[in-house]
Amino acid sequence: MTETTSPEDDIVPPQEVPEMDLYHPHSFLTRWIFSQDAKVIAIQYSLVAISIGMVALVLSWLMRLQLGFPDSFDFIDAADYYQFITMHGMIMVVYLLTALFLGGFGNYLIPLMVGARDMVFPYINMLSFWIYLLAVLVLVSSFFVPGGPTGAGWTLYPPQAILSGTPGQEFGIILMLASLMLFIVGFTMGGLNYVVTILQARARGMTLMRMPLTIWGIFIATVLALFAFPALFVASLMMMFDKILETSFFMPAMIEFGEKMSYGGGSPILFQHLFWFFGHPEVYIVALPAFGIVSDLLSVNARKNIFGYRMMVWAIVGIGALAFVVWAHHMYVSGMNPYFGFFFATTTLIIAVPTALKVYNWVLTLWRGNIHLTLPMLFALAFILTFVNGGITGLFLGNVIVDIPLSDTMFVVAHFHMVMGVAPIMVIFGAIYHWYPLLTGRMLHNGMGQFHFWVTFLGAYAIYFPMHYLGFIGVPRRYFELGETTFIPDSAHDLNAFITVAALVVGFAQLVFLFNLFWSRRNGIVAERNPWKATTLEWQTEHMPPTHGNFGKDLPIVYRWAYDFSVPGAESDFIPQNMATKDVKLAEGMTVADLKAEKT
Amino acid sequence: MIVALVLIFIALGSVVFHVVNPWWWTEIASNWGYIDDTIVLTFWITGTVFVAVILFMAYCILKFRTEKGRRAHYEPENKKLEIWLSVLTSIGVAGMLAPGLIVWQQYVTVPENASEIEVMGQQWQWNFRLPGKDGRLGKTEIRFVDDDNYFGVDPNDPNGQDDVLIEGDDLHIRMGKPIKFLLRSVDVLHDFYVPQFRAKMDLVPGVITYFWITPIRTGTFDILCAELCGIGHHEMRGSVTVEKDAAFQEWISEQETFEEVQAAALHRKLNKELAQNELEPRAKN
Repeated sequence: MTETTSPEDDIVPPQEVPEMDLYHPHSFLTRWIFSQDAKVIAIQYSLVAISIGMVALVLSWLMRLQLGFPDSFDFIDAADYYQFITMHGMIMVVYLLTALFLGGFGNYLIPLMVGARDMVFPYINMLSFWIYLLAVLVLVSSFFVPGGPTGAGWTLYPPQAILSGTPGQEFGIILMLASLMLFIVGFTMGGLNYVVTILQARARGMTLMRMPLTIWGIFIATVLALFAFPALFVASLMMMFDKILETSFFMPAMIEFGEKMSYGGGSPILFQHLFWFFGHPEVYIVALPAFGIVSDLLSVNARKNIFGYRMMVWAIVGIGALAFVVWAHHMYVSGMNPYFGFFFATTTLIIAVPTALKVYNWVLTLWRGNIHLTLPMLFALAFILTFVNGGITGLFLGNVIVDIPLSDTMFVVAHFHMVMGVAPIMVIFGAIYHWYPLLTGRMLHNGMGQFHFWVTFLGAYAIYFPMHYLGFIGVPRRYFELGETTFIPDSAHDLNAFITVAALVVGFAQLVFLFNLFWSRRNGIVAERNPWKATTLEWQTEHMPPTHGNFGKDLPIVYRWAYDFSVPGAESDFIPQNMATKDVKLAEGMTVADLKAEKT
Repeated sequence: MIVALVLIFIALGSVVFHVVNPWWWTEIASNWGYIDDTIVLTFWITGTVFVAVILFMAYCILKFRTEKGRRAHYEPENKKLEIWLSVLTSIGVAGMLAPGLIVWQQYVTVPENASEIEVMGQQWQWNFRLPGKDGRLGKTEIRFVDDDNYFGVDPNDPNGQDDVLIEGDDLHIRMGKPIKFLLRSVDVLHDFYVPQFRAKMDLVPGVITYFWITPIRTGTFDILCAELCGIGHHEMRGSVTVEKDAAFQEWISEQETFEEVQAAALHRKLNKELAQNELEPRAKN
């Protein structure tokens, strides 16, 4: 980086886009219910996502009870079991993780962290939430229709998804498809907002390469979602036609229990391509915001700049681009042209390189840091461990020949839960402990938080690490019961029972967390203004919690990147992004020329 | 402090668990030992990285934990280190991908002398069709399927007449001879999965998929369905017996051919009509 300016000068590009006007609410209804404030919408999104997530948690207990103790629960039959796994999977991936990371964290953090007063289209943003809520209600309604919700597996593969051998084929599958389409409509409204706000409404001086990685992660994830979800929309619509109008997009000539069907000429594999064209980017839609947030949690708590910021940004962008050319690694045994295997195995293993670099940069951020083991930091460390563990098993499944024996076994279940379940959820928890004081002005209770952390982290590892070995034995996934086999030893059943007990314990620890969320709202220790001594703009607002419009009379001006921690020459171990060099308090005996802050 | 120790415990504990736990793959019964080798190779490369990263993390926590007067080092980036790490990672990844693709090339290249066996899946049963003396399977179509022609074999195809049909029963195959399984479904997706063979592939209605193996030891193995196929998915079982040539010849000679099944069906039909004709005059009385 060449410098021509004197050390006192900050580089601040001129303001290009004028400030926008806000709609100011006049009543309780427009302030808290039909609110156009992104922060309120964020909380609405989060509460709905967590509520529906609790349904998915209970479903996981039920399915684990059946797997751990088969023949013990009369109220669970095969149809119930397949409905549990289907709804659990879909809720977790789409209605919880996607909604919480983008609708929740995205809405709350984007305007605050880029220094905007709100999203660029507040009314559309409000509609986005209400359509999401409608999608959730349609999904929930499928529990109450004749035949119950669909039991086709969260991948909804036709033909079975709409034929009579599958539970919920009467109404459940229709409601599932309708709900997904609504979700996508709602998401698109929100997603366009996130992208436009980041590109257009950043505060003066907030160049793209000064943005916190949290925003980079959410930004690229949203771009991915805007490209990927249309494939799911189209697939859902076509399957809906196949079901209701008896078209044959995905349906070849078939026999259904001895009867010839009227379908003919469609391709079940086409659905899989469309589904995974959405489904693989979906993994990164969940992972990239987690990557971004965890980078910031690590940096703040190590009091050290994130190592290799520019590499981290390009890795996020590169992973996002590669995410669109790896989808068929979910289809190695689907019967597609086997020569696809060469291409998709290669692209999939290439994506491991930028991902590994991110891991290295996270741990190198700890190196020579000043590590504070706060609760958010503990969750960030747990994320690294579970993410590396889940990431390396991806190298097994991505390598086409290694996938062949492991595909459709419990190894796959263990892999994707570790990498896109446990790891991102660790980040969600860390992020909630981190930003809760900003939302409420109070800290979450530390004791309950410590209990929650240790049980969740160790418990989740105890659930999923041994589960890989069931996959090595060859135990297939999506089995209501294993029945009699010659190759599964009795000890595998004991392991299944152990996993169930661990899952129940981890599940109950989440109730402690939920209690903490409510209890600390009134009883938590009152938070300091910037409790983690963070540099980013959301902590530099006039009020805490920030009010509508986020910043006071004047929007902040950004002078530096988000990672000026422990800058040599400065007295404090952090310099907020909106602090000009001339305002930085220097350490004893230092001059401005000694200040070694990064000029970006 | 505790965190660092727990991280070390997990990293080393996972390795110990891997070595001592009783759960590992079943003894292989096909030629795909290379697959197992590739898995083991992947294990050691990725396992080393896992342990190294976690131990490094634990070391940092022990060494750089906050204390009075500590200040973090300010170093935004280190190009040299980042390039080194990129290169090393790429080599490690290539080291897993290259052998994987070589074995995949073998997997998709069916030997010319492989004999064909059709696996036909339906909810929720396995059926098999073996070629007769002509060594060729007859064509099939969904429109030919009826109560007497379960497989939908084209009745006009001469190749299909001597096909051996196994309906919902065990399959026998010969040891040491390469076999190409032709996979077909008449209803939904299924997946022909024998854990000891390592290989598996989906059955897709409307297309014929395949994979090949050479059985290397005798025995009877479970066939499971590995692609969710509805409410009876977990009960869709069968078994395959690998045996020496003589035993196989004896078994196959006892099975019915398409021709015989059709003849028997015709016989039943005629008898039924005959019985009805006999009944009719009496009914008039």
